[in-house]
Amino acid sequence: MSAHASVSRAGTPETDRILREAERVILGKPRTLRLALACLLARGHLLIEDRPGVGKTTLALVLARLFGLDFRRIQFTSDLLPADVIGATIYERQAERFRFQPGPIFTQVVLADEVNRATPKAQSALLEAMEERQVTTDGTTRALPEPFFVIATQNPGDQLGTFPLPESQLDRFLMRVDIGDPDPAAERELLRGRDRRELIREAPPASTPDALAGLQRAVGRVHASDALIAYVQALLAQTRRTPGLVHGLSPRAGQALLHAARAWALLDGREAVLPEDVQAVFTAVAAHRLQGRDHDRAPTAESLLSAVAIP
Amino acid sequence: MTATATAAAPNLRRSLPWLAAGLGLVIAPHAFHLPPWVTAVVVACAGARLLLARQGRRPPGRWLRALAVVTGVSGIYLGYDTLLGLHAGVALLCLLMGLKLLELRGSRDIVVLVVFGYFLTATQFLFNDSLLMAAYMLAAVWALTALLIALQDRTAADRPWRYGRLAAAMLGQSLPVMLILFVLFPRIPGPLWGMPDDAYAGMTGLSDEMTPGAISQLGRSDEVALRVEFDDAPPAYPRRYWRGPVLARYDGRSWRRAGDSAPAAGDASRLVSTRAPTDYTVTLEPHNQRWLLALDMPVEAGRGSRAPRGGYLQASGPVRERIRYDASSVIAYRLGTGLTRKQQAYYTDLPDGAHPRTRQLASRWRAQTGSDRALVEHGLRHFRREPFHYTLQPPRLDGDTTDAFLFDTRSGFCEHYAGAFAVLMRAAGIPARVVTGYMGGRMNPAGDYMIVRQSDAHAWVEVWLDDRGWLRVDPTAYVAPERVERGLAGALPDGEAGPGAAVGAGGLLQRLHLQWDAVNAYWHRWVLAYGPSLQQQLLQQLRLDSWPRLALALAAGIALTLAALTFSLLRRDRPLPPDPAAAAWGEFCRLLARRGLPRAPDEGPRDYARRAARRWPRDADAIDTVATRYEIARYGRGGVGAAEVRALRQAVRAFRSNSPVSRKGRSSSGKR
Repeated sequence: MSAHASVSRAGTPETDRILREAERVILGKPRTLRLALACLLARGHLLIEDRPGVGKTTLALVLARLFGLDFRRIQFTSDLLPADVIGATIYERQAERFRFQPGPIFTQVVLADEVNRATPKAQSALLEAMEERQVTTDGTTRALPEPFFVIATQNPGDQLGTFPLPESQLDRFLMRVDIGDPDPAAERELLRGRDRRELIREAPPASTPDALAGLQRAVGRVHASDALIAYVQALLAQTRRTPGLVHGLSPRAGQALLHAARAWALLDGREAVLPEDVQAVFTAVAAHRLQGRDHDRAPTAESLLSAVAIP
Repeated sequence: MTATATAAAPNLRRSLPWLAAGLGLVIAPHAFHLPPWVTAVVVACAGARLLLARQGRRPPGRWLRALAVVTGVSGIYLGYDTLLGLHAGVALLCLLMGLKLLELRGSRDIVVLVVFGYFLTATQFLFNDSLLMAAYMLAAVWALTALLIALQDRTAADRPWRYGRLAAAMLGQSLPVMLILFVLFPRIPGPLWGMPDDAYAGMTGLSDEMTPGAISQLGRSDEVALRVEFDDAPPAYPRRYWRGPVLARYDGRSWRRAGDSAPAAGDASRLVSTRAPTDYTVTLEPHNQRWLLALDMPVEAGRGSRAPRGGYLQASGPVRERIRYDASSVIAYRLGTGLTRKQQAYYTDLPDGAHPRTRQLASRWRAQTGSDRALVEHGLRHFRREPFHYTLQPPRLDGDTTDAFLFDTRSGFCEHYAGAFAVLMRAAGIPARVVTGYMGGRMNPAGDYMIVRQSDAHAWVEVWLDDRGWLRVDPTAYVAPERVERGLAGALPDGEAGPGAAVGAGGLLQRLHLQWDAVNAYWHRWVLAYGPSLQQQLLQQLRLDSWPRLALALAAGIALTLAALTFSLLRRDRPLPPDPAAAAWGEFCRLLARRGLPRAPDEGPRDYARRAARRWPRDADAIDTVATRYEIARYGRGGVGAAEVRALRQAVRAFRSNSPVSRKGRSSSGKR
């Protein structure tokens, strides 16, 4: 391997193929798709904030299908109980014993739809499982499947009868992205084409769970040089001294940022992180963790980026 | 034990050669004064241990080791008759270190040996405290420290220079504390531990007895006797008489210092001078004798000396280490106003029946001349008239040495002439005595001080004239005037090598030699000579002359230093070290900025290169090459390697000189 290849190899066949496959279904959203995939590779969880009907479920389905993973969807409602998420112990009369009935969370890819509709109690059941990657009921700890990837969706705006996720809980999500409306050409293609779900069901998986595990391990091996670490640190320091913010990014957020940048670099086929990788994931990783003092005038993630020179 | 031995074995095999090398560095200078067998035993022990480690075998058993210790210690005792004292003690330490090396088992033993090595390094100062040796010992301490670090941390075993760098950094950090301790820590008067007498054997210098031959040996030594810094201009060369012991007792063959039986000096030592004295500071090399040297004639000398007695300065004890003292002398003077009858008899005493021919010559002179003064002048002229010959290799004198010299061989050096002339004067009834010391001295242009060497050793005569007191006369000057005008080398006949001939006169080598002497003189003056008295002076100036204040200053100084050090080490926001890759990239960015495309501060290399390539599509390849090489050098795996940086610099240079963008840019900037 030449020194040249260590930084800028133009994409691995594996990730390129997966991305192409996904773009066939999700039209006109290459960047969101890439971020979602990076989030999966970095073993993070994804929060999507958007209106209904822009393709959140489709995106989750695509990500699961690409690697041949199990997929379950939990619709969060105001009467959802924690047991509806993680499962419950029930008494079997014939066998005369208690048995644990695993909830829908025991799946590799979980779509938690409209999490802000459920009560905080139900929310925290999900969020704890996300953090621990295991579920404890009646004193027994059960590991969640591997890989375990949660895509939660949240409707934006103030709506009656919702419980928006508190700031501290948002930290559990590696990234927050929005999908947005497709561009006109992509929208026309969408209208012209077949049902997306059908398309997904027909297509064979592009990869395997084992390949995903391999890619997830490879993310940890992507190199971050001292110069790059200094850049990440400068960004963190900038969030802490910007006056418009309640508080800056935590050290854990810094680790998340670096790890997401590694995954982004890997998707680009590189073995070392560049400042551009950090910039590419910064908004998705940092924006939901930063709380502005004044909602309208809070500095955007983009303005923070442009305020920090690359050392 | 077996478990630890097997666990430590691979480590031991790797660290042993380094340990042996480090300890070898410590022992090497000791080898000059150790008995050869001790050195051989130490080397053999190290070799045996290395061999055992290579073969993966255990060190020798308990009985064998006990036998080795008993044999070795007995050997030292037989060789020195003692186990204490400087030489025996150091030899014992070296021997034990070798034996410890032999029984080395694990990391703990290595630590013990390294700490032992530190101590042994310090003992080297007892033998040699020159600047060169200090530098060498510093290197040894550095090596030992690196060894100690390597022992604690095995992560960088493939990059041993890292330990060296860390050791250097740590020694550097300890430097301020060392300076504070050096300056402020209370000094104990005298050497820290009593030096046994055998340490002073072999010091060169004048003797308190003059028998033909003794000064001849001295004349061949190029060693420095004393260094002198003058407050004003030094006296002219022919006046540089450095007065040492006065020899007045004569037994027919040897001149000796006046003993207790000498009559009290009284009026004979009253000094009268009309001119202002010359002030200077002498740094005297140790000579293990009780006298100090001063320019003829001293009126005052600083600490550590007693008032002139018998015409010369006396030290309070044998001069066993280099000392410095201020002195003040008068060049033109009258010494003494009158001699008692007893003194007259003492200074004209000759053994009965000695030197019949000399006495005959003296009485002939007495008859020819009218006064004492005329007789002295007549005698001095005698040495010029007759075919006397100045040489450092005089023939052997048998029988009556003075008669044989004056009438038969007629060749010799200052000692012969001074001795013979004093005998002649005494035979003529004129009180006379021999003064020994040094004559001459050269300024060191590199250091603005004068060097007087052992080869400048000299002897002259003082005669008593009733109207003049003691008068210095130098018969050698009448035989070989060059000796007192230009020094020894000028006086010697062709073909007879003087001292220091190898150094070469006025050559580059000699200049270097003098430079080196100057550096050493400063080393002595500011480091080695910093003893209790100098410290006391300094502390008084700093108003730290009370114990509580001194203790407070010491504690505060060290605490502040450590605090500053800790602060600087813990400072989180340390700037990145200057990065050569970043510098080259910065140059590239400035180049493009001048062409009208500055890089935004938050713009990454890839984004910037893409933007530049869009602007100048024809140069896309060259721009991409620079950006790619920068990415490799700055963000690539393995940090910044020299090769990657070189490739980047090359790409930037190529871009600057070849690309049409820059050519275009240059012409447009020219138009501007």
